[in-house]
Amino acid sequence: MQLTLEFGGGLELLCESVKVHNVNVDLQNGAEKLNMKDLLCWVRTNLIKERPEMFMKGDSVRPGVLVLVNDCDWELSGQLDTTLEEKDVVVFISTLHGG
Amino acid sequence: MESNGRDAFRILHELDSLRAAKADIDSRISALEAELHHATLQNGVVPNGSSPVISTAIDSLLSDHHDHNLTPEMIHRYSRHLLLPSFGVQAQSNLLNSSVLVVGAGGLGSPALLYLAACGVGRLGIVDHDVVELNNMHRQIIHTEAFIGRPKVKSAAAACRSVNSTVQIVEHQEALRTSNALEIFSKYDVIVDATDNAPSRYMISDCCVVLGKPLVSGAALGLEGQLTVYNYNGGPCYRCLFPTPPPTTACQRCADSGVLGVVPGIIGCLQALEAIKIASVVGEPLSGRMLLFDALAARIRIVKIRGRSSECEVCGEKSTFTQQQFREFDYEKFTQSPLSPSPLKLNLLQADSRISSKAYHDRVANGEAHVLVDVRPAHHFKIVSLPKSLNIPLPSLEARLPEISSALKEEEERKGAGSDLSAQLYVICRRGNDSQRAVQSLHKMGFTSARDIVGGLESWAQDVDPNFPTY
Repeated sequence: MQLTLEFGGGLELLCESVKVHNVNVDLQNGAEKLNMKDLLCWVRTNLIKERPEMFMKGDSVRPGVLVLVNDCDWELSGQLDTTLEEKDVVVFISTLHGG
Repeated sequence: MESNGRDAFRILHELDSLRAAKADIDSRISALEAELHHATLQNGVVPNGSSPVISTAIDSLLSDHHDHNLTPEMIHRYSRHLLLPSFGVQAQSNLLNSSVLVVGAGGLGSPALLYLAACGVGRLGIVDHDVVELNNMHRQIIHTEAFIGRPKVKSAAAACRSVNSTVQIVEHQEALRTSNALEIFSKYDVIVDATDNAPSRYMISDCCVVLGKPLVSGAALGLEGQLTVYNYNGGPCYRCLFPTPPPTTACQRCADSGVLGVVPGIIGCLQALEAIKIASVVGEPLSGRMLLFDALAARIRIVKIRGRSSECEVCGEKSTFTQQQFREFDYEKFTQSPLSPSPLKLNLLQADSRISSKAYHDRVANGEAHVLVDVRPAHHFKIVSLPKSLNIPLPSLEARLPEISSALKEEEERKGAGSDLSAQLYVICRRGNDSQRAVQSLHKMGFTSARDIVGGLESWAQDVDPNFPTY
């Protein structure tokens, strides 16, 4: 499944400072759908190069990270259960505090 | 003719008495206006998340009697606002009767305050406890060099007054705490969060929920910015989005990570815009949406965020968060970070594994055989470094141990093969924290005599070479 994954607010530092990743995520054998829970596992294994605890806590993202599926907060689409579709854009962004 | 003259006299007489009565009514109206304004400000607690704004009530009451209450000077000053069909007299009047509080007179607060003063907000409050420093000037454009070393509130207030002397500027020269936040916030219609740390952001949001004030929240770091409006018209609060504080390691500061000056400038301008929209009751404030700004990619993205959470501990349906609880809440403990962030000062090593910058200087002057490893990131090293220091950034230390070994060996050979004194190994960084971490790892990896220079390059600049640049 073709997806565009974007990292911002400093999270890109965990993936060699690359912000935009056009990726192809294979469905697990037998699975018909890919959901956000599967995608987080995939991201952690394939894209996060350092300090995974700065990206995830338990099976979700760490506090302070907003997840947007097609420019919409994943809270509105079912969080970890959000089903992804071909060409979806998923943004992971760390909230900023500076000023 | 005679009767005409008598009619004219009668008409003139009646006009005079009507004018006198009108003057009486006008003066009574002005007195009542002032009284009403004062009364609504005093009981300024509006219902939770209610949209604007005390002033609209006043204006609608008055609209039967006046088309508007703008003076000729105001009409001239704000003419370009009045010419906007979608803004006009009504919105400008609302603005003139409103009050906005900006918390933080830094990178975000600078442009926000300037625009809010210029646009004719009735009363503009500024909260800050800091002083102006030279390394603020690249982004905190409200301050001028003449104010370096003086309170930011004084500097910002002077700038605002010089832009618009008709706006009432209120100086709150103090750090915002749970002990003073309720009292300060209750005097304003709209709150602008232009602070730079996580505990302040939670505290400001909670205080706005408790008092029912809309909150314009902006943040900027590096080359990115974020903006949204919280607690507006039933929209989410900060805690609805971030119920759990992030780990402290995820809260970077401009003083450590850097920030391109114009980036908070852009976000601060947008904060002023949102505050103006709320205070003047025009347009659609950025509630339930968030603006994400990426300066390098030249991209602004506006995303839809969750609504008010019924589970929210502060604004949710079951929440019983009161003013009293707010006063007693420990935001520093909650976020594990201080409200007034100051540089970290670690103390990880025994005294015999450390050396002061002065003592190090003496040893160099005596020609001691040694290697100095600078563990700062490479882009820091490019700013300034001590002579002959070897830059090995902390994350790559382990992989580059052989470089240290060969440098020590080279130094020993250079100082004389016959000497049985081995070359010393010193480690330095910016402030003396990473150098301690590095020495800890070096000790574990066999370099047991490695020592760190206490206080890093900052102490070198302070105690040895006052001309050494600090950043």
